[in-house]
Amino acid sequence: MISIFNQQRKHMLALKALREGQVPSPRETEVDCPHCGEILARGELAKNLYVCPGCGYHFPIGAYLRLSLILDSGSFRELDGDMAAADPLCFPGYPEKVTEVQTHTGLNEAVVTATGRIDARKVAVAVLDSRFLMGSMSAVVGEKVTRLIEFAAKNRLPLIIFTASGGARMQEGILSLMQMAKTSAALARFDQKGGLYIAVLTDPTTGGVTASFASLGDITLAEPGALIGFAGPRVIEQTIGQKLPEGFQRAEYLEEHGFVDRIVPRREIRAVLSQLLTLHGKGGAAQ
Amino acid sequence: MSRFTAAERVAIARHEGRPGTVDYIGALFADFFEQRGDRQCREDASILGGIALFHGRPVTVIGTRKGKNLEENLKYNFGMPGPEGYRKALRLMKQAEKFGRPVITLIDTPGAYPGLEAEARGQGEAIARNLMEMSRLETPVIAVIIGEGNSGGALALGVANEVLMLENAVYSILSPEGFASILWKDAAKAPDACELMKLTANDLLSFGVIDRIVPEPEGGAHTNPQTVFASLDKALNETLTELLKTGSLTSLAGLRYKKFRAMGDYTPNGN
Repeated sequence: MISIFNQQRKHMLALKALREGQVPSPRETEVDCPHCGEILARGELAKNLYVCPGCGYHFPIGAYLRLSLILDSGSFRELDGDMAAADPLCFPGYPEKVTEVQTHTGLNEAVVTATGRIDARKVAVAVLDSRFLMGSMSAVVGEKVTRLIEFAAKNRLPLIIFTASGGARMQEGILSLMQMAKTSAALARFDQKGGLYIAVLTDPTTGGVTASFASLGDITLAEPGALIGFAGPRVIEQTIGQKLPEGFQRAEYLEEHGFVDRIVPRREIRAVLSQLLTLHGKGGAAQ
Repeated sequence: MSRFTAAERVAIARHEGRPGTVDYIGALFADFFEQRGDRQCREDASILGGIALFHGRPVTVIGTRKGKNLEENLKYNFGMPGPEGYRKALRLMKQAEKFGRPVITLIDTPGAYPGLEAEARGQGEAIARNLMEMSRLETPVIAVIIGEGNSGGALALGVANEVLMLENAVYSILSPEGFASILWKDAAKAPDACELMKLTANDLLSFGVIDRIVPEPEGGAHTNPQTVFASLDKALNETLTELLKTGSLTSLAGLRYKKFRAMGDYTPNGN
């Protein structure tokens, strides 16, 4: 019986990942690399984990696809998968917008939280998905991430969060802002219990997510070329009245300025996570 | 309570004659000793902080500082801190915890400074670190929104046990101009944004984001600063007395966690 369920679970994540392997538009058989302009065959791009073979540009990928790349097959268990946005500000058009994006992406919200295994070590993992309203910080994102952190603390699991976010969820106003405090406070408790938290910053990680859980990892990894910052480049250019230097706020710039431990290409991320879990003895279990 | 619209309150909150951090420290606190610098890089004058007496009790008071004229504003960067300002604030708060002093923060900022050097030195990390560390301070923390409190730059001083807010102050995810330009690509629609954003003290009290509204004189705090000083002094003193009592019985960090843990609506409650 159990193995049948496991089989089903395995297929479910694979199916969800497959659906997501259709960036940016499912009908096109060819995709232009936005970085070098090379025309890429979709099948080839998928085989290369959505990294441009020419220039190494990392295409943003969906949450389930990401999970399928790092978790042991059949180990994925989603948490709080049915949680969806409320409309606390009664913001005109917001519920309709959410429904539309849900239908379009197959996601309930901008983050997927789960438990799973990496080389047989159990972890708690969250993946933000920039296809869902730019991975913006809604109360659901804050709540699901906080529940995951609390779950990891309670069950003594290492915590891994892949960030991708344009910042605040404007339509949830101040309650979006408060998620920064909520998630950071949960991480303070997790930290105090000795839990290992690995943050993996992917393109783009900006605004309120940068100014909360994205910046609080014990270990901070980043994907090559990812845009990482608090203020967006356009706002900064407007404020200071000058063009920003080449490479500003990219992962490599952050590494140079001391905010990232290591830049890890997508193909290597699973192995690096596994190595870090090994280096933390029992896998960085919270005490 | 006066009947201003949200947009009118935004204008009052930004009024150049409105009392700011410097005025409140001068009026409500005695023996202020300013502490400067983040001990890592530089002094950020957009945040003013130090030790002072409040009703005879030593406290750490920290506030974002706007200027009263262009010269001062250039010096204080229009009240927009960089990472060094937040790191200084954290240094002062940790020290307050060490010496058993309550922390009082005064918030009046258009937001964290969106500049090249601020980013290079980790604006996001500095704010995140403050949120994390403030949440676990084992000392009473009271925040007061005295003018405009915009974005993570305001919240970085706002993870408090009790959050007070002046009647015409505003507290929001972003400036109404920024909000309008992100949502509608048109900063000129800011007045419309003001209403939708639910950024007034009444709105925030109903969300449970703030705990108490401090009344202002008819027409706003700038029309009669003395009455605002008196009403904030009373509110702060009552709040602090209560917190000190609570703190002797239970963990203030624990209560602060519960307070922020409960914020945010979603549906359904998950599994």
